[in-house]
Amino acid sequence: MTKKQAKKPLTTEQKINRRTFISFGVFGAAAIGGVFGWKWLYNSPEEVTAITGGTRVPLRRALNKTEIAVRRLLYSEKHLVRTYPKSMAAKNVRQNSDVGVESPIDLAAWKLQVTKGNGEKLLIGIEDIKALPKTEIVYDFKCVEGWDQIQYWGGLSFVDFVKHFNLDSETKMDYVGMETPDKLYYVGLDMDSALHPQTLLAYEMNEKPVPLNHGAPLRLIIPVKYGVKNLKRIGSISFSNQRPRDYWAEKGYDYFLGL
Amino acid sequence: MKEIKEKHSLAMRWCHWVNFPMLSIMIWSGMLIYWGDDEYKIKLFGHTYFVFFPEWFYKFFNITHRLQEGMAFHFLFMWFFILNGVFYVAYTLISGEWRELVPQRKSFKEAWLVLLHDLHIRKMAPPQKKYNAAQRIAYTAIIVMGIGSVITGLAIYKPVQCYYLTRLCGGYHFARILHFVLTLGYVFFFVIHVVQVFLAGWKNFSSVITGFEVVNNKPKPIIEKGHDEEAS
Repeated sequence: MTKKQAKKPLTTEQKINRRTFISFGVFGAAAIGGVFGWKWLYNSPEEVTAITGGTRVPLRRALNKTEIAVRRLLYSEKHLVRTYPKSMAAKNVRQNSDVGVESPIDLAAWKLQVTKGNGEKLLIGIEDIKALPKTEIVYDFKCVEGWDQIQYWGGLSFVDFVKHFNLDSETKMDYVGMETPDKLYYVGLDMDSALHPQTLLAYEMNEKPVPLNHGAPLRLIIPVKYGVKNLKRIGSISFSNQRPRDYWAEKGYDYFLGL
Repeated sequence: MKEIKEKHSLAMRWCHWVNFPMLSIMIWSGMLIYWGDDEYKIKLFGHTYFVFFPEWFYKFFNITHRLQEGMAFHFLFMWFFILNGVFYVAYTLISGEWRELVPQRKSFKEAWLVLLHDLHIRKMAPPQKKYNAAQRIAYTAIIVMGIGSVITGLAIYKPVQCYYLTRLCGGYHFARILHFVLTLGYVFFFVIHVVQVFLAGWKNFSSVITGFEVVNNKPKPIIEKGHDEEAS
């Protein structure tokens, strides 16, 4: 008699108790696991600043995977940034940061320094750049902070620039690095984005020379990236297969920041 | 006699309880991002009624100067949020549970009666199956809102590569506003939802963890059977 009791079917009451116990047990364990998982992530150490910095190590590791996967999956140079009629361009062009353009500059003496793959250095004056065909764009400039503004820029397209100065072999490399003359602000760009047909070395804003606070005499306009990548007052351009240093990537932002 | 009445499928419970922390992280990290350009306000006839957000609010939740942190969390956890949502919608469609959820033609009229009943103005609530008319509308709307958040989110995450979504949302600037308004919608939903869960009581709440509710069935009178047509 006593041995066979175990095989008796459960009463409804027992079923209720058993299922409630299991459900709440699993739920509680998962909730505690979730809280600890979150605490682990939230309190995980910050990466050592190198090319990137300022982000929790596991987050950066995961994001380096997801952001690159998204870029590979979605990016196409055929995807053009939407353009607008000139009449819609802002007259009062927003300006956020002065890093890299605060040092005194002699505009007449300014030369763009391009370091080629073999180490050879080109020095290019603004007149040489202005002599080449001008490309204009009126598009919605997007800041990583969240604001956007329709702006009108004119200059030499980066594709025309590399063609004219015979930088074809350099464009086989993975990255372009640009720095201000005082080297206080610097950006790294993946080659695909740099060679996007709408990327400009801009010397005009609203049909006038770029003002000092917007990066005179020559600045980068790269519509497929957030504003922080649009370096003002370009001093030097270099090419590399390693990621060039990038001001905001060191401060916790994603390296690519592509749109 | 006590009886087990199955109520919520395991998949529904899983999605619900995974979504809760995911959406919380998305809203929190979204706030860190929004702070970077916090220009939205409620303005009518030149008078500003509310600014998103007041300084004390930022201070209280420690939101300021954390844009890059917000972006890091937002752009990672969005994938989990999306996967969970896609799984839920697929499950609901395939299992047929959508029939219990999607509003019916009469739901829009009945929802008012449910509201009046909940406010204790009306005594009788309209008859219902698993969910009443107001629940059908709310639980379907929240899914539509979730899809809206994903579309507006992608439209501002990759406005150049996903240009068709950005256009669909009325441009980058408007997409960001929509994305923000949808979030306000979630908070509104959350408040109502929690109040309703409290009012519905423990039995209802625990069914979203255990999956079943215990019902007390009165034993059916045997003698009277066959006497009349049974009232149903």
